[in-house]
Amino acid sequence: MLHPEEEWRAHLAQGRFMIQRSRSTGRHVFHPRVAEPGTGAQDLDWVEASGQGWVHAVTVVRKKDPAESYNVVLVDLAEGPRLMSRVVDIAADTVRIGMAVRARIDILGDQPTLVFVPA
Amino acid sequence: MTHKHGFPRGKTAIVGAATFGIGRCPGVAAVDMAAQASLIALADAGLTLADVDAVYTSAPYEALGGMELVEYLGLQPKVTDCNRTGGSAFEVYAQQAALALDAGLIDCALIAYGSNPASVPPKAVGMTRPSPWEAPYQRWAPISSYALAASRHMHLYGTTREHLAEVAVAARRWAQLNPEAAVRDPLSIDDVLGARMVSDPLSVRDCCLFNDGAAAIVMVRADRARHCRKAPIAVLGAAHAVTHREISGMPDLTVTGAARSGAQAYAQAKVRPRDIDLVMLYDAFTITPILFLEDLGFCPKGEGGRFVADGAIAPGGRLAVNTSGGGLSCVHPGMYGLFLLVEAVRQLRGEAGERQIPDAHLALAHGNGGVLSSQATVVLGTAATV
Repeated sequence: MLHPEEEWRAHLAQGRFMIQRSRSTGRHVFHPRVAEPGTGAQDLDWVEASGQGWVHAVTVVRKKDPAESYNVVLVDLAEGPRLMSRVVDIAADTVRIGMAVRARIDILGDQPTLVFVPA
Repeated sequence: MTHKHGFPRGKTAIVGAATFGIGRCPGVAAVDMAAQASLIALADAGLTLADVDAVYTSAPYEALGGMELVEYLGLQPKVTDCNRTGGSAFEVYAQQAALALDAGLIDCALIAYGSNPASVPPKAVGMTRPSPWEAPYQRWAPISSYALAASRHMHLYGTTREHLAEVAVAARRWAQLNPEAAVRDPLSIDDVLGARMVSDPLSVRDCCLFNDGAAAIVMVRADRARHCRKAPIAVLGAAHAVTHREISGMPDLTVTGAARSGAQAYAQAKVRPRDIDLVMLYDAFTITPILFLEDLGFCPKGEGGRFVADGAIAPGGRLAVNTSGGGLSCVHPGMYGLFLLVEAVRQLRGEAGERQIPDAHLALAHGNGGVLSSQATVVLGTAATV
């Protein structure tokens, strides 16, 4: 059977942002699961995400030193699913809802982590 | 999709209600507080521990807290429930107790909660695992999740930080009429707008308290309720909806499960929003009452911010909301849901002192759990409404 989180992280470590797609329904799934939510379809394949998306919602987590503040966003992927991430390479508080963004894999802490940059 | 609304309308009642240790309650364990509140609620009903045959509780730091409270009180219940739908658990308990009482499975339900995180800071918050899909981004849990929902509401509907601030100021003005409320000093719109930002658009004054408190209620069937010490408060409807766990899984950030639970509870109770005299809405953050006022039908979707403007939900406003001072200014010990029910009962009994709503017959208590994840609505009424 699938090992959803483990396989996703293995792809990410190899520099690939993968999501799932059901062969029968054609819909994309994120976060990774053993079945598509709602339908229970288990015919899920890993497919490479386009990496295109748009900011759906945004907050700035404020630190005492303003330089350390960072944004946390929800991104709507071009394929449909929504996920949490950050928009980097831009001042934390200049991210706006509707902004087009592109996926990138950064090392955050010591883990490969999916982030986004302005498209 | 059609929904069934089966519920034993008016067949059960809340006959005892209590709070204990609101604000600071040092030197005791959470279960001590839950037990103390239970005994006060039973005395309020004119009942004793010997009457209780069902226990519903959500302990703050103990996964097996249901059994812990049963042992503590020396009970042998037929039903022991310790659900994990966050702050909404207590509205769900009222629903489940009503069903079990009406079925004859039990005769007397005790719903209790105690927590003192201000006096005895927990080593770890809650009993939840960090989401692998959200935790790496270091969102401030749970504040950032509510902030994301607020950002979306502002973007779509023009809701402003001033609108959010109105919710905090209204709560404080109610708290100033409630001697039990923990925070009663003056608060202005400018105070909220100028407060330290935590997770945009929410400042520290947009966030609920994190203080100590305990509460309990006692429920029995209506026939027995008539012989209890005080006027029974009928449970007219109770419905629950869960839509997600984490905010990234919320189907629509501006529509909560309250739209479903509210519609079902109204149908069960055979009332409409305009019939309600008193609205208790879980105010973990200032955005939540705005969302719930919309989803529960008090104003159209998107109009919640404008609905609360100009003191409309403060004392003397157009709708009485969170008359205790709410989670924002009275008490929020981690889970606030039971305090909503206690305040509704006090208002319907006419026990609310300076903050009493005249001629209050119908109250709505709406609990929220997780990050807008779990929504549970209870409609309560005086004997005249049954």
